[in-house]
Amino acid sequence: MADMKVAAYICQGCGLGDRLDTAALAGVAKKEGKAALVREHEFLCNAEGVKMIRDDIANEAVTHVMIGACSRRAKTEAFGFTDVAVSRANLREGVIWCQPETDEARETTQEMAEDYIRMGCAEVKKMTLPEGNPAAVTERTVLVVGGGVSGMTAALEASKAGYKVVLVEKSGALGGWAAKLYKRSPGKSPYAEPQDTPVADMDAAIAADANIKVYLNAITSKTSGSPGKFEIEISTESGSTATEKVGAIIQATGFSLYDANNLPELGFGKSANVVDQAGLEALAKAANGGAIKRPSDGGEVKTVVFVQCAGQRDDTGKHLPYCSGSCCSTSVKQAMYFKDSNPDIDTVVIYTDLRMPGNGEDFYRSGQNKGVIFTKGKVSSVEASGNQCKVNFHDLILNDQTAIDNADLVVLATGQVPNSGVDIDTKLKADIAAAAGDNSLLKAYNASQVEGAVQPISVLNLTYRQGPDVPQLKYGFTDSHFICFPYETRRTGIYSAGPVRRPMDMVQAMEDATGAAMKAIQAVENAGLGRAAHPRSGDLSFPKVRLEGCTQCKRCTVECPFGAIDEDEKRFPVFNESRCRRCGTCMGACPVRVISFENYSIDTVGSQLKAVDVPDEFSEKPRILILACENDAYPALDMAAMNRNVYSAFVRIIPVRCLGSVNTIWINDALSSGYDGVMMMGCKHGDDYQCHFVKGSELASYRMSKIGDTLKQMGLEEERVATFEVAITDIERVPQLINDYAAKIQEIGMSPLKGF
Amino acid sequence: MSEKYHNNFLKEVEEMVEEGEWVKMCMQCGVCAGSCPLGPHWAHPPQEIFMMIRAGKREEVLRSDSMWMCTSCYNCVVRCPRKLPITHIMHGLANYAHRLGLSPKNQPTQQFATLFWNNLAQTGRVNELKLSLGIYFKDGFAQGVKNAMAMQSVGLGMVKAKRLNPMELFGGHGVKDKAGFHAMLKKAREIEDRRKNFA
Repeated sequence: MADMKVAAYICQGCGLGDRLDTAALAGVAKKEGKAALVREHEFLCNAEGVKMIRDDIANEAVTHVMIGACSRRAKTEAFGFTDVAVSRANLREGVIWCQPETDEARETTQEMAEDYIRMGCAEVKKMTLPEGNPAAVTERTVLVVGGGVSGMTAALEASKAGYKVVLVEKSGALGGWAAKLYKRSPGKSPYAEPQDTPVADMDAAIAADANIKVYLNAITSKTSGSPGKFEIEISTESGSTATEKVGAIIQATGFSLYDANNLPELGFGKSANVVDQAGLEALAKAANGGAIKRPSDGGEVKTVVFVQCAGQRDDTGKHLPYCSGSCCSTSVKQAMYFKDSNPDIDTVVIYTDLRMPGNGEDFYRSGQNKGVIFTKGKVSSVEASGNQCKVNFHDLILNDQTAIDNADLVVLATGQVPNSGVDIDTKLKADIAAAAGDNSLLKAYNASQVEGAVQPISVLNLTYRQGPDVPQLKYGFTDSHFICFPYETRRTGIYSAGPVRRPMDMVQAMEDATGAAMKAIQAVENAGLGRAAHPRSGDLSFPKVRLEGCTQCKRCTVECPFGAIDEDEKRFPVFNESRCRRCGTCMGACPVRVISFENYSIDTVGSQLKAVDVPDEFSEKPRILILACENDAYPALDMAAMNRNVYSAFVRIIPVRCLGSVNTIWINDALSSGYDGVMMMGCKHGDDYQCHFVKGSELASYRMSKIGDTLKQMGLEEERVATFEVAITDIERVPQLINDYAAKIQEIGMSPLKGF
Repeated sequence: MSEKYHNNFLKEVEEMVEEGEWVKMCMQCGVCAGSCPLGPHWAHPPQEIFMMIRAGKREEVLRSDSMWMCTSCYNCVVRCPRKLPITHIMHGLANYAHRLGLSPKNQPTQQFATLFWNNLAQTGRVNELKLSLGIYFKDGFAQGVKNAMAMQSVGLGMVKAKRLNPMELFGGHGVKDKAGFHAMLKKAREIEDRRKNFA
C-alpha cells in the first residue's frame, strides 16, 4: 500500500464560517492533526467542493480524508468516497447547532470544534479502506423450508424475481394448514363470504415453475455454511439424501394448533361433539357444502357453539398467554358453513373480545347479517351428556351465569403454537446463570433432558456452534427486531415468515412471505458483493482477528448475537464474514482486543478520545465523553441540534456502531486521561428490545454493571460512568439527559486524574 | 317460549318490531349506553336490551320499562359506530310490547302517550286543557284536585296570557274534515298491521 497521506477539509457553509474561526481549525488540523493537506471551502458539499477533494485524491495521492463539516449522517452521497478512508468531524449538528449563538459561548464553541477536528484527524489515521469480503461468493438460490401458504408464497415470489428456489416440505403434499381447510376467511373485497383456499392454484403454479424444485416428505437434516454459500443436506423419508447449495434460507414452518387435549374442562375428549377448529374443518370438508352432521351419531346439527380463546389469552399460566389473532375470523367463517347451508341452524360465538384484523370487520358484519349470534362471555365449562353438550358461561354484558343447554356441536378456538424447532437459548441462559452461581435453571433444563422426554425436533439442523435452530424470543416465536427488521432472524441469511414468527392469519402470512423473499434476495446479492446485509447494509468492513494474541476465551463466540463466529478444534474463533452484521459486539467483548474492523477498531475510537484536549482541574471546564449508538442515540442528538436544542459544551460525542461494541478499555482510557464522566447512550434492551443488533445494548449494560470495581480501583466515584437507554424519538430528552449529567459532574467535582 | 341464545326471539323482533332487523348488527361496544343522558335511570341500556334479545329473554325485554325511558334525543343514533337506528328500535319495541299488552302498567310515559294519542285522534288537534286535566286526574279524583291546585298559578297565568282558553273544555276546535282524518288513521293502522302481521 502506498504511504498514508491525510487531507483535512473544513467547510465554511451552513453558518460554520460565521460561528467558528475556520482558519484556527485549519491550524489545528495541520499542527495537531498532522494533516499533510488542509483546505477550507465555503461550500464543501457543492459540486466544486467535492471536485476539489476528488482532484486532491487523484493528483496529490491523498489516501485519508477528514471532512470537518456536517454530521456523518448528512451529505452521505457527496462525501461518499469509496477509494479513500473518510472520517467526519461533526461541526454543524455537533457544534454550532447545539450551542447558543452568543458572544459568551464563542470560546467554548470553538474549543468544541477544535476537539472534533483533532478527533477526526486521529480517527482517520487509524482507518484503512475496507476492501470487502475476499471470500465473497454467492449462490442465487433460495431455500424455503415449509410448503404451506407462507412457504409457497415465498417460493413463487422469489422465483418471480428470477431466483431459483428449493422448497422442502415435511409432509407428502404442499399446502400445510391451508390444505386442511374447507374454505378460507376472505382475503379480498367485499370480505363477506368464505373463499376457496389458494392451495390448488399455488400448487399448480409451483408445479409449472421450472425455477422451483420441490422436495416432499423431506427435511433439512443439515445446514452449514453462511449466506451466499449455505450447504443443505435434505433427507427424504425414503432414506435418500440430496445436497443443495443455496444463498439464503426462508423458514416458513408455520404453526400447530394448541393441543385441545389440554382442555378437558371444555369437554374435549369427553364428547365427540366437542372439536377444535381443525376438527370442524375436517367435518366441513367431509360434508363438502352439505349439512354437517353431528359426529357422535350422525344426527342433525341444530345448535353450534363456538368457544373463543380456548386455552389462549390465559392468565393462569396453564395455557397460551397470547392472542393468536386469527381464530375469531376462523370461527365466523365456520359459523357461516352452517348458516349458508341452513339459516335455521343456531350458531353462537362466545367471545371476550372479538379480534378481526385487517378487513375482518366487514367479515364480522357479514356474519352478523347472516344471523350468527355473538355474545360477549367467558366459558367456564362444557358438560357432555348424550349427543348434546351444555356450555356454561358468564354473559359479560348481562352479567349472567348462564348456559346453552342443547349444543349439538362445540368448536374450541385453540391458538397457534409456532413450529420453530429447538429453543437454543434455554441451555445458554441456564449456563450463564450457573456460571453466576444459580443452578436452578440448569437443573430444570437437565430434568427436561431425561431419556424418553419429548424433545422438540430441530427444523434447520444448523451446524453452528450456537445451536441447531434460530433463536426464539417469547413463547417460541423466532426472534427478530419487531419494529425495524421483522423477517431477519438472528442468523444472517435466514429469514422467518408466517406464523412461526408471530401469530397471524393467511393474508398476513402471504405478505410476510413476500417480505421475507425480498430479504432473502437482498442477502444473496449482498453476500455476492462481500457486503453486510442489514442493518449495516452495504458495509464492506468485517472483523479481522489477530489470532496470535487470542487467548481462546470464547467470549466473542458466545456473545455474538448472530452466531457468526464458530470455533476451530483449537478453540480459536473462526469468523464467517457473510454471517456477520458488523456490529462489533465481538470487538467490545474481546478482553485482549485482537478483533477490529478496517474502519472501526479499538484504535479508531481510542485515538479519538485521547486526541481531545482536556483542560486542567482549575479551568472549570470538565470534559464528558459520550459514546452514542449510531442507530438511535446519534440521530436523536443530530435531530436535537436541528431543532436547536442546546446542550452542554463540555461533551465530546463519539458515535459507535452499537453499544455492544464498546470495549471497557475505552472507558478506562477516558477516565485515566482526565475525563470527568462517560455517558453511554444505547437502545432499549429486554424482551421488547429496540437494539438493532438485538443483544448489543443488553451486553453493554451487563458489562458496565461490572465497571464499579474498576472505578473504585481508580479512586473514582461510580457516577462517572453512566448508561442511558435512548430512543431515536428522544429529541427533547437527550439534551436534558446531557445537561442533567453535566450538572451532576459539576456537583461531584472535577476528576482528580487530570494531567497525568 | 324462546330458547336461550337461539334465534327465535331475535327473529320475532326482526319481523314485528320497527327497525328490528338491525338488532343483530349491534357489536356490543356500549357507546349507546354511555351516551344516553337518561342512562342511569334505565334498568337496561340499549346495549343490554339488544343482548337480551339475542339471549332470548323475551319476557324480560317486553315487560321492561327501559324502552319507555327514551326521550328521543338521538345521541345514541349519532354515535353508534354501526349506525343502528337505536331510538327507532326503542320506540318500536315499546310499541310492540304495548300492542301485546306486556308493557308495564302505570308506566308514566306510556300513560301520557296513550292519553296524547287518544286526545289527538279524536279531533285531529291536541286539546291541551283536556290533556293536562287527563294527566292530573289519572290517579283518581282527589289526587287530580291536588295536582290542579298545585298548578293553579301556572294555569291562570296561561289564561291571562291567552295561551289557554277555558272554553276548550267544551268540545274545543279540531281539523276541518274530521271524517277524512279518521279514515286516514284507520288506513295507516291497516297498513302497519299488515306489514307487521298483526291481525
